[in-house]
Amino acid sequence: MDTLALSRLQFAVTAMFHFLFVPLTLGLGWLTAWFESRYAFGGDEKYLPIARFWGKLFLINFALGVTTGITMEFQFGMNWAEYAKYVGDIFGAPLAIEALAAFFLESTFIGVWVFGWDRISKKAHAGAMWVVAFATNMSALWILLANGWMQRPVGYILRNGRAEMVDFLALLTNPYGWLEFFHTVFAGWVIAGFFVMGVSAWHLLRRNQEEAFKKSFGAGAVFALASSLLLAWVGDLSGVNAAKNQPAKLAAMEAHWVTQKSAPMTLLALPRLNGEGNYFEALKVPYGLSLLAFHSPSAEVTGLNDIAPQDRPPVLPVFLSFRAMVALGGLFILLSAAGAWLWRKDRLAEFPLYLKLMVFAIPLPYIAIQLGWLVTELGRQPWAVYGLMRTAEGVSRTLTLRQVWSSLGGFVLFYSALGVVDVWLLAKYARKGMEA
Amino acid sequence: MDYAKLWFVFWAVLWAGYFALDGFDLGVGFSGWLAADSDEERRGVFASVGPFWDGNEVWLLTAGGATFAAFPVVYAGMFSWLYPALFLILFSLIFRGVALEFRGKVQDAAWRIAWERTACVSSFLAALLFGVAFGNIFRGLEIGPAGYAGTFLGLLNPYALSTGLLFCAFFLFHGQLWLAFKAPAGAAVRAARLAGGAWYVLAALTAAFLAWSWFATGLYGNFLARKWLISLPALFAAALVLSKVLLSRGLPGKAFLASMAAIALFTLTGFAGIYPALLPSRLGPEFALTVYNSSSSPYTLRLMTAVTLVMLPVVIGYQAWVYRLFRAPLGAEELKKSGLY
Repeated sequence: MDTLALSRLQFAVTAMFHFLFVPLTLGLGWLTAWFESRYAFGGDEKYLPIARFWGKLFLINFALGVTTGITMEFQFGMNWAEYAKYVGDIFGAPLAIEALAAFFLESTFIGVWVFGWDRISKKAHAGAMWVVAFATNMSALWILLANGWMQRPVGYILRNGRAEMVDFLALLTNPYGWLEFFHTVFAGWVIAGFFVMGVSAWHLLRRNQEEAFKKSFGAGAVFALASSLLLAWVGDLSGVNAAKNQPAKLAAMEAHWVTQKSAPMTLLALPRLNGEGNYFEALKVPYGLSLLAFHSPSAEVTGLNDIAPQDRPPVLPVFLSFRAMVALGGLFILLSAAGAWLWRKDRLAEFPLYLKLMVFAIPLPYIAIQLGWLVTELGRQPWAVYGLMRTAEGVSRTLTLRQVWSSLGGFVLFYSALGVVDVWLLAKYARKGMEA
Repeated sequence: MDYAKLWFVFWAVLWAGYFALDGFDLGVGFSGWLAADSDEERRGVFASVGPFWDGNEVWLLTAGGATFAAFPVVYAGMFSWLYPALFLILFSLIFRGVALEFRGKVQDAAWRIAWERTACVSSFLAALLFGVAFGNIFRGLEIGPAGYAGTFLGLLNPYALSTGLLFCAFFLFHGQLWLAFKAPAGAAVRAARLAGGAWYVLAALTAAFLAWSWFATGLYGNFLARKWLISLPALFAAALVLSKVLLSRGLPGKAFLASMAAIALFTLTGFAGIYPALLPSRLGPEFALTVYNSSSSPYTLRLMTAVTLVMLPVVIGYQAWVYRLFRAPLGAEELKKSGLY
């Protein structure tokens, strides 16, 4: 492998690892703030241990999310120096704003929350968690506006041999970025909902602190149901958006080769590895793809055959990841709807099999969100900035193979070790249950 | 208004802020155990940075992000040329953060000792490597007509290593001063004594740095050309002496503020010396990355100026509020509530 391939692999490894810990915080912050507010503003003492329990899990998870986040910022310069030079004028701004507007807020107020129980009023204390939850979602907004710019570059001109910002408002209102933002935070909220349901189900199966975990389960289920419905809606809009802005990505998502009007949707297909057509196609839904991609039965959908091979993303992984993500997304609606309904009827205890299923369902939304990012980022290839800069042009020129091999090896080794410890700690505290 | 020049100042201020703040976390991380005699005291030592370290580290992320936005060429050069050093700093900071967060999470002596050692090694490495990195920047990197020509081993030159040691001494002193008014009583007394001793080492290393810089770097040129700049190193020396005087008078809190000022002024002195370069070159001033050849467009700089002038005071405001909120050390009951062993 050359430094380009290794740098791409390293970026994928570090980003995906970082993103094992970030999305839970996007939703668990809101849920913890909600629980604590029931206590602080609603006066319900029963919610204090609930808030403290979920807050503690939030923290253990947060530790790795924060520390591995530094890697993400450093890497643009370390491995992607040419990229940084070419787009820094416009791409650097949202990153700097993210630090100023979001990182400071979350890192400062999480400290207030952890250590401030006896130093501020209980309402202010609950407020600190609302600030943390807001800030984590805010940081998602800025980083996704940055990523949205890579997907659909706007507000720049090419001058002085680089992309220079001329319209910040265009970057700020880039629909691609906003769609990614909503898609990502809703997915993060689904993760949090399933996490809370799963951990609560584990305790409910053992008849452990039933009242508190029933309350938790209910909040998680309602939150996950609402989020997964919103997610499906934004997912649909994102498909239309991809069709409009990145036809190659959409064609890869659907393994769609021949440009045609009134394109059917192929439910079963398997793209060839050599990138020339599909081995087989079955179960075609007439007009399906045109409807999905453009919300119009007669619309023309560009096929991969009309996209030059050097401009195509890798079809097979994008296609498979997309299918799996969508299937999981549907499953989340069903599982959380069942959970919300059983909780409402107070019949959770009658369905131990469902509860057991929900424990094992904890990893599913994590898998789905990683697959979603594979679709987004692999689907953007071969471009780093769509239509503007190829990934291959962005890599640092001074890197040596040995440097990237050692850093990649270090990441794999240390990240695995830290990941294992953190998951072990999460499981330990999750099993321990709430303080009396 | 030349925004690129203004951004040089912001850039310097962000780094100064980072070192003045995270400096004590790193110092406590690698030298806190010197002041603590028991597991109980070590808990107090680590808890004393608990509410702050994360917010302090964001100063680094902001300095990095600001470099990206305002001086993309510098950002690209600094991070890719110093790749192995940056990689080590990255891992040191990851392990430092994880160690501080994980240490108190399990009620087991071996677990705590393991993370205390991790915090010690990683904090020391981060402090040392930041010093080495900035020592090399002060000295000038090997940037030639064909780009960067240096090697990793070349970064470990004696001048840079001694700057690394100076950073370690600074953070040791700074961290012990912090503990002298934040740690449990027994540890605080020891920390004050340690800080008093460390000050002499720091003063000696500072004098050596200033003398060596005369021969090894071009830092003095700007000060000789613009005499008013000498106020920066003068104030730095005054703050350094003041911190010792205040410590001797039994006022470690005020001494800590003085040492914060000293670290910030030291950083600013260094940056004043390399201006207009952000990354000076040893091979010829024409190869340096300067405010003239590596900044973002005026539009971006103007935007970032507005954002910074609005946001940074707000950030400083609430961070100051948090320092006030936790000015009294955390009590045993509070530590229990925060779930730390």
